[in-house]
Amino acid sequence: MSGHSEEAIHKQVKIYIRVFAALAILTVLTVGVSYLKLPLALAIAVALFIATVKGSLVAAFFMHLSSEKKIIWSILLLAAVFFFFLLMYPSWHPL
Amino acid sequence: MTRSRRVSEALIKHISHPHPVTGVTNSKLGVWCFLASEVMLFGGLFSAYILLRTGVPDWPHGHEILNVPLATLNTMVLITSSVTMVMAWASLELKSLSKFRLYMALTVLLGLAFLVVKAFEYGHKFEHHHFPATNNFYATYFTLTGLHGLHVIGGILVNAYFLFFGIKMWEKNPEQFTGRIEASGLYWHFVDLVWIFLFPVLYLL
Repeated sequence: MSGHSEEAIHKQVKIYIRVFAALAILTVLTVGVSYLKLPLALAIAVALFIATVKGSLVAAFFMHLSSEKKIIWSILLLAAVFFFFLLMYPSWHPL
Repeated sequence: MTRSRRVSEALIKHISHPHPVTGVTNSKLGVWCFLASEVMLFGGLFSAYILLRTGVPDWPHGHEILNVPLATLNTMVLITSSVTMVMAWASLELKSLSKFRLYMALTVLLGLAFLVVKAFEYGHKFEHHHFPATNNFYATYFTLTGLHGLHVIGGILVNAYFLFFGIKMWEKNPEQFTGRIEASGLYWHFVDLVWIFLFPVLYLL
């Protein structure tokens, strides 16, 4: 993301402000939902869904992943596969 | 091409211009590899948290024993610091060093504000004799937030270096300096991203 035209950067800045607003709203939303005292499974699903949306916004726009090269994506895909294995491992019951 | 750029390009190739094979600068590739390893570091701890939590019939609810309003404030602080960080980088792309200074200073200050709030939270827990050894909940809480806090401290140090000392590079090699800010930004956004998951997992569920 270097050597971009001034116009392109100004456009980016507008997107950053919108992403900021979305992140703030989603933060208020996830805290608000937590006061509803939903059943645990549903609460976990909603909280993780909102966190994933927020995380994706940060990664896609602030970290420029939406316009990043293939090699960066492939590194992250590899990390994601191992990360998924790490998270699923505790609930793996072979017997 | 200035002398310093000639020297740095001769010693380490493709730090300001994309490598012909990968299409990205080596610095960016390096930071992303580092962040991938960070995913595994935090992933292992998240995994341990799931194992500990699902292994017992009762697990305390974060919102009953932790301070949700303070953590919400800290979430906002960190999100805002991510915006000021990306604005610091955008300012360099727009060739405005004064705006870079402003946004980078804000990023460092917001990082410090996050730590002050966190220290306040920790102090409150210690006052009530809640330590990592108290139970598994506090063990995971202190380990995860502690490791995250260390990452915040690291980010503040790097950003403060670029604000006060590293900024000299702008005169000689603005492209490389912009690349450095983008790289430290990637790290800072990652630290924000980790908190975005830590916050609901520890405080809200």
